[in-house]
Amino acid sequence: MSDGVLLTGGAGVLFAVLAAVALASAIAVVVARSPVHSALFLLLSFVLVAAIFILQQAEFVGAVQMLVYAGGIMVLFLFVVMLVNPGVTRSEKSFQHQWDVAVVLLPIFLLPFLYILGTEKLPDVPVKAEAFRMVGTRVVGNTEAVSWVLFRDYLVPFEVASVFLLVAMIGAVVLGKRSLEKMD
Amino acid sequence: MTFAFHASDWLLLAPELFLTAMGLLLLGLSVALGKTKEDFLAFLATVSVGITGALVAFVATRPERATPILGGAFVVDNFALFFKALVLLSLALTVLASARYVGAAPYPGGEYYALLLFSGVGMLFMASGNNLISIYVALELMALSSYVLAGYFKAEPKSTEAALKYFILGAFSSGVLLYGLSLVYGAGGVMGLPELAKLLASASRSNLLMLGILLILAGLLFKIAAVPFHVWTPDVYEGSPTPVTAFFSVGPKVAAYAILARIFYVAFAKFHADWGFVVALVSAATMVLGNVAALLQSNVKRMLAYSSIANAGYALLGVLGFRTEWGLWGILIYLLAYTFMNFGAFTLIILLESKGYAGESVSDFNGLAKRSMPAAVVMLLFLLSLAGIPPTAGFIGKYYLFTAAMKAGYAWLAILAVVMSAVSLFYYFRIAAAMFFTEGSPAKLKSSYALSAVIAVCAVGTLVIGVVPQPFLEVLKSCVLGR
Repeated sequence: MSDGVLLTGGAGVLFAVLAAVALASAIAVVVARSPVHSALFLLLSFVLVAAIFILQQAEFVGAVQMLVYAGGIMVLFLFVVMLVNPGVTRSEKSFQHQWDVAVVLLPIFLLPFLYILGTEKLPDVPVKAEAFRMVGTRVVGNTEAVSWVLFRDYLVPFEVASVFLLVAMIGAVVLGKRSLEKMD
Repeated sequence: MTFAFHASDWLLLAPELFLTAMGLLLLGLSVALGKTKEDFLAFLATVSVGITGALVAFVATRPERATPILGGAFVVDNFALFFKALVLLSLALTVLASARYVGAAPYPGGEYYALLLFSGVGMLFMASGNNLISIYVALELMALSSYVLAGYFKAEPKSTEAALKYFILGAFSSGVLLYGLSLVYGAGGVMGLPELAKLLASASRSNLLMLGILLILAGLLFKIAAVPFHVWTPDVYEGSPTPVTAFFSVGPKVAAYAILARIFYVAFAKFHADWGFVVALVSAATMVLGNVAALLQSNVKRMLAYSSIANAGYALLGVLGFRTEWGLWGILIYLLAYTFMNFGAFTLIILLESKGYAGESVSDFNGLAKRSMPAAVVMLLFLLSLAGIPPTAGFIGKYYLFTAAMKAGYAWLAILAVVMSAVSLFYYFRIAAAMFFTEGSPAKLKSSYALSAVIAVCAVGTLVIGVVPQPFLEVLKSCVLGR
């Protein structure tokens, strides 16, 4: 690792371990045969990513990751797993019949990426985490720094995102609802 | 970064805020009014788009719009205003063209119009977006509304198939775009396009940056349906409700060109030599594949889908021309012409569609001249314009695009474009021949006031821009982005 990277020493080792396990469990989500195992691996990967955020001194983002992803979204997944009866989907192989194509294409795209990301000298990241929590000339807490960015710098994109979520909700209702005649 | 909100910033956002509010109002009203009063909802949606247009005109008169607003997240320059006007035009035409079609279908109209307006909000923000975050969020708002609209006729398997394909491929392309944006952000550390341009002016060419630019380009080429990211287009265009198809072929594409132009003209102009090569190849492949595949289609919606792919190839010539302001100028002219002629052609399909998906094959155009001479003549006008024959708007648009390519040093591509335009004559004239020289059903053609109005607006636009282009050219020249 070059100079100027945020995590060095023990923290760096911890990061490497957390990141490796998070990646491995993310792959396990896709590979696992049982949906219940997939869901549990997903939970593990969410928790580990939250830990990485906290390691980077982004406590607020870490807490949100735990509450929203490991909490809320996970419950949603578990409901789906309960409702669709995992035993039926266990033997499904419909998504695995293009292995040969994937094996050929993956290196073609992956190797240039790895080459570029490996050889590139990345811009210097400030060693002090405080630099990310500067508002004006003041160093504030992580939560406050996030709120400054969210509700000041990117207020309107944030609001546009709320319209986006509304559209997602309307879309789910419109497409998911049974037609009017059938309900009568 | 110094940061300040001004009260006037919100005034400049009036069109977007108003359209959002009207979308919410329509949603509420549709619950109260139900299916029987849908014509009123269509009327209200048309009026709100009209008022939004008036607000855009009002914003154009404000002196405050000279500087970026809301901490640099948005900018309201002439370029943005032109695209807002064009987006609102396509939105108004879509609402009018939908009224009878959606009214006759067993699906709720309120949510349909609300989703159209919300996607309009996304497109208005796209036209103004001045940093990577605001551009991305606006693009996603537009795209998500589009996915739902594509699948709106959910009892039709084709419509559901269209929505699913559009959603999966669209989400994938958004991921590619987002990855590119994150790499560029990682290389530069700034989000704003002007800041990025300033930073890149002194930066050397790095692989990381090139990879980021390439991925952003791929994500945006998907949105404008350029080869090799075009595979979704024929299926989505064929399966979606026809007014929605007409909308997809103009509105979202126009808005995607707005951000393509803004990102590549403002921020990445310095690396033109690097991405220009890729765009030239994509443009050539898009023109050839779009036109050749269109020759083989018997479904008019699919044919027009491939024709719009070919048109994306022509418009990319303008992107190549970004070295001079001719490129951007050509794109603006072409998109204006394209909105009128393409929407007009799709409206004729809506007119012919009696029930379900009937009226979509070339043979349904048989004998149209006998059934209604004006309809046949107007369709011929749109087809001539799409093929780029003078004196129509399509000719003016292509002329400026091809000139831009010549000036940027891509003469071979301009020649290829002319050859491919000649190829396109074959399939456009298949429809023309069916209309005038073949016997068809004698059934009388029934139009509605709204549909007739849409066709009239499109026909007048196509013809006027073609015959007296000068005033339009002058106005559009003032809308070119300042570097």
